[in-house]
Amino acid sequence: MEIVLAISIGVLTGSGVWLLLRPRTFQVIMGLSLLSYAVNLFIFSMGRLGLAVDKEPVLVPGVPPDLQHYADPLPQALVLTAIVIGFAMTALFLVVLLASRGISGTDHVDGTHAREQQEMP
Amino acid sequence: MSHLSELTAAAMPHLMLAPIALPMFTAAFLLLLREEQQRLKFGLSVLSTLAGLLVAIALLQWTHQAGAPASMGVYLPGNWPAPFGIVLVLDRLSALMLLLTNIVALCSVLFAGARWQRAGVHYHTLFQFQLMGLSGAFLTADLFNLFVFFEILLAASYGLLLHGSGRARVQSGLHYIAINLAASSLFLIGASMFYGITGTLNMADLAQGMAHVSAEDRGLLHAAAAILATAFLIKAAMWPLNFWLVPAYSAATAPVGALFALMTKVGVYTLLRLWTLMFGTEAGASALFGSLWLIVGGMATMAFGAIGMMGSQRLTHLAGHAAVLSSGTLLAAAGFGQNALTAGLLYYLPSSTLAVGALFLLADLIDRWRNDGTTLAPYESDDDAPFLSPELVPTAGLNLDDDEQVLVGRVIPASAVFMGLAYLMCTLVIAGLPPLSGFIGKFAMLTALLNPLGLGSSAGTRPGPVGWTLLALMIGTWPSRARAYATSGPAPSAPCRSCACWRACPSPCCWAPAWP
Repeated sequence: MEIVLAISIGVLTGSGVWLLLRPRTFQVIMGLSLLSYAVNLFIFSMGRLGLAVDKEPVLVPGVPPDLQHYADPLPQALVLTAIVIGFAMTALFLVVLLASRGISGTDHVDGTHAREQQEMP
Repeated sequence: MSHLSELTAAAMPHLMLAPIALPMFTAAFLLLLREEQQRLKFGLSVLSTLAGLLVAIALLQWTHQAGAPASMGVYLPGNWPAPFGIVLVLDRLSALMLLLTNIVALCSVLFAGARWQRAGVHYHTLFQFQLMGLSGAFLTADLFNLFVFFEILLAASYGLLLHGSGRARVQSGLHYIAINLAASSLFLIGASMFYGITGTLNMADLAQGMAHVSAEDRGLLHAAAAILATAFLIKAAMWPLNFWLVPAYSAATAPVGALFALMTKVGVYTLLRLWTLMFGTEAGASALFGSLWLIVGGMATMAFGAIGMMGSQRLTHLAGHAAVLSSGTLLAAAGFGQNALTAGLLYYLPSSTLAVGALFLLADLIDRWRNDGTTLAPYESDDDAPFLSPELVPTAGLNLDDDEQVLVGRVIPASAVFMGLAYLMCTLVIAGLPPLSGFIGKFAMLTALLNPLGLGSSAGTRPGPVGWTLLALMIGTWPSRARAYATSGPAPSAPCRSCACWRACPSPCCWAPAWP
C-alpha cells in the first residue's frame, strides 16, 4: 500500500511540476490541480503511526479507542480544508486565465509570446 | 490612558478576537449593500478600520504592562484545551504587527476613497477580508490555522490586485496567483510533515518537541522546515523567488500596492516567529538550522533590491524594489538569530514598511501630477524609458511646459512641494539616512552586528565573513539608495511638471556620484 501511494504521489507531483512550467495557461492550471491532488494524498500519509491501512475511520463499539486501531482523524480534517481551499483557488485561477485569454488573445502565460502562431478564433 | 487600560483589561482576552471578527463582519455586511452605495461603503470601511486601529492600540498597550506573565494574551476560540484546539496568542510582536497593519490599512482606505474604489466592484469588501487574513496570520498560534489565514489574505489579495482590471493587472495577477498556489502546496507539505514527525500543529507545542525529535527523524524534520520556509520565503520575496513581486505590486492600484507592502512583511514575520520558536538555541541538534541560508539569501535579496532601485525608471517599480530591499535586510538580520540584532530589525521593520507603503501612494500622486491626471504617460504605454533619449530631449507626447522654457524662478505650488518633501522623507527612511527612524534601525543592526554581546563586552568576538558581508551590504546600499533617489527621483521633476528641468540642469545625473 505504501509503495502504491508513494508512486502515485510521485507521478502526480512530477507531472504537476512539469505542467506548471509549461507556457500555456491551461497546462499551468492542470499542473496546479495535479499538484494539489498530490499534496492531499501526501497529507494522508503523514498521519501518526504512518499510513492507516485497514484501520477504522469511524468509532466502532468494542474497538479500543487509540491510533493503533483507528485512522488518525487530524490529517483527514487537514485534507478536507485543503481540498476546499484548493478548489476555490483553482476556480479563481480559471477566471483570471479566461480574462487573460480575452484581453491578450493568446493563451501564453505572458500574454505576448508567439501571438502569430497561436491566434485563436 | 488609565481608562483605556482598565477597559482593555476587562475586555481581555475576548478583545483579541476583535481584529479578526471586526473586518469579517464589516466585509460580510458590505456585501449586502448595492454597488451604488459607494459612500456608505466607504464610510463603513473607514469606521471599521478606525475601530481596528483603536483595538490594536489598546492591545499593544495591554501587552506593555509590567510583569511578563500578564503580557501574553491567550484565547481559545473553540474552548478546547491548548494543544488540541486552535489558539490565538497575542504578544508584543503580534500586537506591533497588528498596529502596523491597521495604520497602513487606514491610510490606504482613505486614499482609495478619493478615486480608486470606483475602479471596480467590491473594493472595500475585499479590503476588509484582506485585513481579516492579515490580523489572523499575526494572531494565530497554530500552523494549520496560519495556512487558512494565509489563504484568506491571499484570496482577497488576488481580487484586490485585479481591481481595476486592464492587461497589466490580469497578466501579473496570473503569475501572482500561480506562484502563490504553488507556495500554498509547499506550505501544506511542510505543515503536514511537521504533524507527522511531532504529532502537533500548535506552535508552542512544536517548539517544545523540537529537542526530543529522534535522530532518524532529524533529517525529515529539516526537510519539512526547509519546505515550509520556502513557502514563506516566496511571500517574503527572497531572491530568487521574488520575480513576481515588482510587476504585480506596480500593476496594482496605489492603495492596494500600499497594503501589499505589508504582505512581504507577513512572510518575514512568520519566518521570524516560527524560526526563533523552533530552531532557537533550545532546539538541541537543530539549533539555528538554516541560518546561513537566511543570511545569504537575505543579502542576495538586498543586492537585487538595491540594483533594481537604481535601474527603475518608474516610481512604482522603484517602490516594489524598495519593498524587496527592505525585506532582504530583515531576512538577513533575522538569520543571525541574535537578540540585539533582532531588536534592531524590529525597529527597522515598521518604519521601512510605512515608508514603502507611502512610496506606493506617492507614486500614484506624482505620476498623475506629472501626466496631467492620467496614471500612465503616453511613453509608458509602449515601455520606453522616459528620460533616456540620447541627448536628453524629452520623448514626443510628454506633458511639457507650454513654451518648453527653462523653469528657473518659477513659483512651485505648495502641494507639489509637499509631495516632493514627502518623497524625500520616504527615500531617506528606506535608505536609512539620518535624521529619520530608518537610520536608527539600521544603526542598531550594525551595532549589534559588531557587538553581539552589547557594547564594551564583545572583546574577542568578530562578525565573521558573513557578518562582514552584511555590514558591507548595509553600508553599501546607503549610497546606492541615495543614488536611486537622485537619478529616478521625481521630486525635482514633479514640481516643474515636465522633463524640461532635466534638460535645463543636466547636473542631477552628475550629483549622483557626489551623494555618498
